[in-house]
Amino acid sequence: MFKTKRFWVSNFGFRASNLQGFKIMGLWYSVSAILLLTFLVVIGIEGMGLVSFFTIFIPYAALFLFVVGFLYRVLKWATSPVPFHIPTVSGQQRSLSWIKADNIDSPYTTGGVVKRLALDILLFRPLLKNEKVEMQAPQRLLFKPSVLLWFGAMAFHWSFLVILLRHLRFFLEPVPSTIVILQRVDSIFQGLIPVIYITDIIILVALGYLFVRRIIYPQVRYISLSSDYFVLLLILGIVLSGVLMRLIYKVDLVQVKEWAMAMLRLRPVAPKEVNLLFYIHLFFISLLVAYFPLSKLMHMPGIFLSPTRNLTNTSRNQRHINPWDYPVKTHTYEEYEEEFRDSMKEVGLPIEKG
Amino acid sequence: MADEPSKEKSLEIDYTIPKKSWMEPSTEFRKGTYCYPAASRHEKYLELPHPREWQPTDEDWKLPEDWREVILRGMEDRLNRYRSYRLFLDICVRCGACADKCHFFIGSGDPKNMPVLRAELLRSIYRKYFTLSGKVFGKLAGARELTEEVVKEWFSYFYQCTECRRCSVFCPYGIDTCEITMMARELLNLVGLNINWILEPAANCYRTGNHLGIPPHAFKSTVDFAVDELQEITGVKVEVPINRKGAEILFISPSADYFASPHWYTFLGYLLLFHEIGLDYTWSTYASEGGNFGLFHSAELAKRLNAKIYSEAKRLGVKWILGGECGHMWRVIHQYMDTFNGPADFLEEPVSPITGTRFDHARSTKMVHICEFTADLMMNNKLRLDPSRNRKWKVTYHDSCNTARGMGLFEEPRYILRNVCQEFYEMPENTIKEKTFCCGSGSGLGADENMETRLRGGFPRANAVRYVHEKFGVNLLTCICAIDRATLPPLLEYWVPGVEVAGVHELVGNALVLRGEKERTTNLRGEPLDSTISPSPSSGERAG
Ligand code: HEM
Ligand code: SF4
Ligand code: SF4
Repeated sequence: MFKTKRFWVSNFGFRASNLQGFKIMGLWYSVSAILLLTFLVVIGIEGMGLVSFFTIFIPYAALFLFVVGFLYRVLKWATSPVPFHIPTVSGQQRSLSWIKADNIDSPYTTGGVVKRLALDILLFRPLLKNEKVEMQAPQRLLFKPSVLLWFGAMAFHWSFLVILLRHLRFFLEPVPSTIVILQRVDSIFQGLIPVIYITDIIILVALGYLFVRRIIYPQVRYISLSSDYFVLLLILGIVLSGVLMRLIYKVDLVQVKEWAMAMLRLRPVAPKEVNLLFYIHLFFISLLVAYFPLSKLMHMPGIFLSPTRNLTNTSRNQRHINPWDYPVKTHTYEEYEEEFRDSMKEVGLPIEKG
Repeated sequence: MADEPSKEKSLEIDYTIPKKSWMEPSTEFRKGTYCYPAASRHEKYLELPHPREWQPTDEDWKLPEDWREVILRGMEDRLNRYRSYRLFLDICVRCGACADKCHFFIGSGDPKNMPVLRAELLRSIYRKYFTLSGKVFGKLAGARELTEEVVKEWFSYFYQCTECRRCSVFCPYGIDTCEITMMARELLNLVGLNINWILEPAANCYRTGNHLGIPPHAFKSTVDFAVDELQEITGVKVEVPINRKGAEILFISPSADYFASPHWYTFLGYLLLFHEIGLDYTWSTYASEGGNFGLFHSAELAKRLNAKIYSEAKRLGVKWILGGECGHMWRVIHQYMDTFNGPADFLEEPVSPITGTRFDHARSTKMVHICEFTADLMMNNKLRLDPSRNRKWKVTYHDSCNTARGMGLFEEPRYILRNVCQEFYEMPENTIKEKTFCCGSGSGLGADENMETRLRGGFPRANAVRYVHEKFGVNLLTCICAIDRATLPPLLEYWVPGVEVAGVHELVGNALVLRGEKERTTNLRGEPLDSTISPSPSSGERAG
């Protein structure tokens, strides 16, 4: 009675045959785009000497686009009404006093909502619930916890954040002690010179995983767009150029810091005599920053505004107002009785008229 | 297994990914997988745009001349009116966490049934016409042209989503594909593309007060019939007030409860309960429907149908409203009604007249769920119960999507069940409460003509039932949803023969010891109380 045509380990499981007919246009477009962009900096800097263009104009322009675009999109969301009260409830509601209500997954106080959002944002809690479905035999579904994506996502985002914070040392003088401590902790496990940061390794592995999963899992590959590969490659480009600068092709950090401080003071000076890798690094960062508001990266501010997660489950307790509510045509009791009065009378149902 | 003669058609699930990109619209309409379009008379009756006769299998869908502008204007309008819509179209990262959470994907293998791709079908159009990246990068950024093929594809896939919200639980941002489906269906309506299984009940409800189109005198005779039946079973003659002014409580349930089977026994359960506690209440014929098929069509139609509830409560002068067992009815009542048609300031804060419990959580809406009400009665020992009268049943409980993810009503029905039956077993935890699997036929998809889609969509639910059926011998699936009661029986018959379906208050009605009743020899179904005729677990094996 029941057949699965292609037996499937898990719909998200890997099988070598998944790679057959490996044809991902989107990926090749993105790879080409990244190569082209790299080529562009190299020509620009080495061939045409456009140092100021790449180190002053582009970063400023990118930052400008970022701020304007980011604000525009966030304001657009924030000013769109939430007509209905639609939290996705995932825990016991608050109803009878003797039933224990779940204030996180079915929040009934603002504190509950804050906790729910904090867990979602800081710990990616929904991904922690992730489970994959496996067809074990015909008509046998098996659910297995599947936290790999959670792990990869956490590793990527948190190391990204730490790396970002570490970069503050270029922009702040004196360098705040918290940043110094962070940097120490990040490099604590080794006595190597040059220091290898733990987060550098983690983010590379995590990015590698996020990238590979888009290729080897057929369903994820099917949904992936060029732009999905593009962001991952762009960030990978940033990380790789950064790591190489640190480990192999050393950059004059004094120069970099001077450039950064000057940019901040709005008295920009182009850095002198720095490695080509620095220009690539900086150009890619500028691209990421400019691209941010145009892309899915806007999930960062978006998650705070998600109406299925940031509302309390108290819609029977407190009235939610729809700002654009308008009157609608209804079928009134009078119209109803008009149509059915005789038969209502006949069976002895009470009526208003007659 | 392969040699077994299969009387019914077999369903294959094929998870191989098609060769062509999802951006190319799929517009195949295979018999058994789609719902029939709405008859134009229902559209006319409800004054909806562009009524006409057409078929999905037609080449020409007779769209209005300016269909593209109508849809794009409709999108723009909704983008400005719903934050959920704009935000959910913007922030999906295509991580795929939602993909294998949808019962339609699990049961069909069709990648366009992954919530993320279902949403992309609409998102791709949004990108093309409303975002800079889509305009500039086109296909690379996942943007595509709005063509008639795309509209056809929408009709196909947005009527293969039961708006169950399971995907939303697992999405890191809570992206709710149900919201996307709701918007898409509104857009389809703008160009006159509706399904009959939604609009016929809606038109009926508008006119007669209920989905089934039952006029008041037929309602009355059905109630009289129930009274006789109950007298036969229990020896007690119950009072059933209808349209009675000045009652304390207005009771509203889905109309299937008093007209369909196995809903009917739940209806009998309500009547016995209200009689036994001497509730001062009334039914209404004008508001004789708790369900709201308008919700599956558009917010506006939902509001138009929902308006009856408060207006009838006002006319009858009741103090508060009690609501029966229904899933999407409670989505509307819990999350929409007060916003649609409130404030209900002519009503009073609900207080149980029997226990004095103040239903503080329903202070504004003034409507209480019958499971909340009954659980409170039981907690306060107001009912005499004999669970042995349900001894033939080994019971499990299906959380309906809407009372679960729309409301969080988890423990109340379970508490009741534990009080009224002797054996209760939970299905695996990945398939209950907030992770519950849809019956596969919600949101107006419970038609006959799309049975294949329904059986596929219901497969994960049926699979969990099968698990407890084989492990514990469970032979009764209880639920608090009228759509479930209508659609789970054929589903289980296909996947897990030997398990029946019942409402929670049917079991309450069985267990409830009435004052002055005669000794009961049968349950509300008229079956002997013992388990001799109950099907044995092994009969389920045939399904494999
Ligand atoms: C409040 C802050 C943020 C939260 C809660 C958050 C959360 C998430 C989650 C849950 C995912 C899905 C899992 C995954 O695919 O990794 C994701 C994906 C992603 N995030 Fe974030 N994120 C945040 C900020 C950022 C920022 C600032 C960036 C900067 C570049 C970023 C870049 C990405 C990328 C590139 C992906 C997609 C990964 C892929 O394609 O597989 N996120 N984010
Ligand atoms: S889980 Fe959410 S973010 Fe991830 S693909 Fe699904 S809808 Fe998009
Ligand atoms: S709401 Fe339910 S049916 Fe619709 S896409 Fe999500 S999981 Fe599937």
